[in-house]
Amino acid sequence: MTVFKITNAWKSFNDSVNVLRGISLSVESGEVVSIIGPSGSGKSTLLRCATLLERLNAGEIRYGEEIIAENDSAGKSVYREEAALRACRQQFGLVFQNFNLFPHFSVLKNIADAPINVQKRPKAEVESEASALLEKMGLSDKKDAYPFQLSGGQQQRVSIARALALKPDILFFDEPTSALDPELTGEILKVIRSLAEEKMTMVVVTHEIEFARIVSDRVIFMDGGVIIEEGTPDLISNPNNERTKTFLQKLRR
Amino acid sequence: MPLSVILAKLSQGMATSFAIFSLTLVLSLPLGLVVALIRLRPNRPIQAVTRGYISIMRGTPLMLQLLVVYFSPYYLFGIRLTPDYRFWAVIIAFVLNYAAYFAEIYRGGIESIPVGQHEAAEILGYTKSQAFTRIILPQVVKNILPSVTNEIITLIKDTSIAFAIAVTEMFTIAKAIASAEKTMVSYAIAGLFYYVFNFIVAITMERVEKRLNYYR
Ligand SMILES: Nc1ncnc2c1ncn2[C@@H]1O[C@H](COP(=O)(O)OP(=O)(O)OP(=O)(O)O)[C@@H](O)[C@H]1O
Ligand SMILES: [Mg+2]
Repeated sequence: MTVFKITNAWKSFNDSVNVLRGISLSVESGEVVSIIGPSGSGKSTLLRCATLLERLNAGEIRYGEEIIAENDSAGKSVYREEAALRACRQQFGLVFQNFNLFPHFSVLKNIADAPINVQKRPKAEVESEASALLEKMGLSDKKDAYPFQLSGGQQQRVSIARALALKPDILFFDEPTSALDPELTGEILKVIRSLAEEKMTMVVVTHEIEFARIVSDRVIFMDGGVIIEEGTPDLISNPNNERTKTFLQKLRR
Repeated sequence: MPLSVILAKLSQGMATSFAIFSLTLVLSLPLGLVVALIRLRPNRPIQAVTRGYISIMRGTPLMLQLLVVYFSPYYLFGIRLTPDYRFWAVIIAFVLNYAAYFAEIYRGGIESIPVGQHEAAEILGYTKSQAFTRIILPQVVKNILPSVTNEIITLIKDTSIAFAIAVTEMFTIAKAIASAEKTMVSYAIAGLFYYVFNFIVAITMERVEKRLNYYR
């Protein structure tokens, strides 16, 4: 089953150069897709368009059976009304590079607030689920702590739990480890790996190519707003495209 | 005039000063937020109107604004108002003036919240108003508290401006006693009253700030 599909997506900011140039990506249920590519290639923009933080100029977006944006007769993207978009936001989650936890909420409240106030689920049920998520993240003892009292790696684990608490069908990660000290990246990668083992559908933008090789079902190389190469993780060891080769060499050095 | 009489008269004035202070605060804090939210709308004409209002309120003396509010019903429209209107003129002028200052404080506070907070709330499915009341506003309140405290302390001292239209607040009474009795004592006591009032406010605000220090 296709969880997410973006087709022929074009995006420019203020009518300047196109950052996305007709990119298409489809993600199947349970699949883990890694997106790799040089800085400025449009990886974040792709995730931001997929998560409706930015609007496409042209192209289509679907979540499951639901069409979120499609082209009108002039070939311009038309989005559903805000209420439908808000409902759709329950189907995906996004983990930010810099966590964006709510500083005035305790760890537990960061996780439980949206399920309670957005999804209107019973508080007791949500909080016990949130505690279970924290346990899974190895943060049971931090339930009542505030974000400023946590390390970057712990904050990122809370933000992953916050996204999972809404039970999304797909989770997007935008360089989840690049704001962390090298010794802390491991704990986040471990969490993503365990989610992959549970067949969570995920799209991960990352510079950690070794991690991408181990955890992904499919690897995508982006450059200049398009996919220049995609395939199984073996591609990381044996790229065909020249630009992919030079990029990977730079990362390895 | 015995000291006890001076004290009693000044206390009466103090009650009026306190009424001006609390009414102004209770009305201008929410009005300022409304003005700030309008000011932050992308709509250009509305933005221009709120900017003009804020700029005039901050660019002219409060005493002048008070005189305009007090005299314009008569000079512009020929309406004769009851003596009660004195007090309400003070409230109207003060609220309009302080709301403008608070609006700018709120605006700065709202703009200082990182865009990531808005985006995280949006992704999690909060409506715009939920995001504002649950996520943004509590952080804004904490950030602007020191500036609000400054305004509140200025407001206590500004209540004496009501003297300009002979509202019997504390300063007006102190001056009347001083000229009738040829004494500075009433000024000294009034000064002490203002000081104690400010001191209590400063301590209260400090406690509120401490209470919000549970997060950074
Ligand atoms: N809001 C914006 N306004 C204008 N230009 C933008 C905006 N966001 C991104 N861009 C431009 O789009 C291009 C692609 O940016 P994007 O952030 O998607 O790249 P990226 O692949 O995520 O890079 P990195 O690896 O550095 O994160 C860049 O040239 C960037 O300057
Ligand atoms: Mg990026």
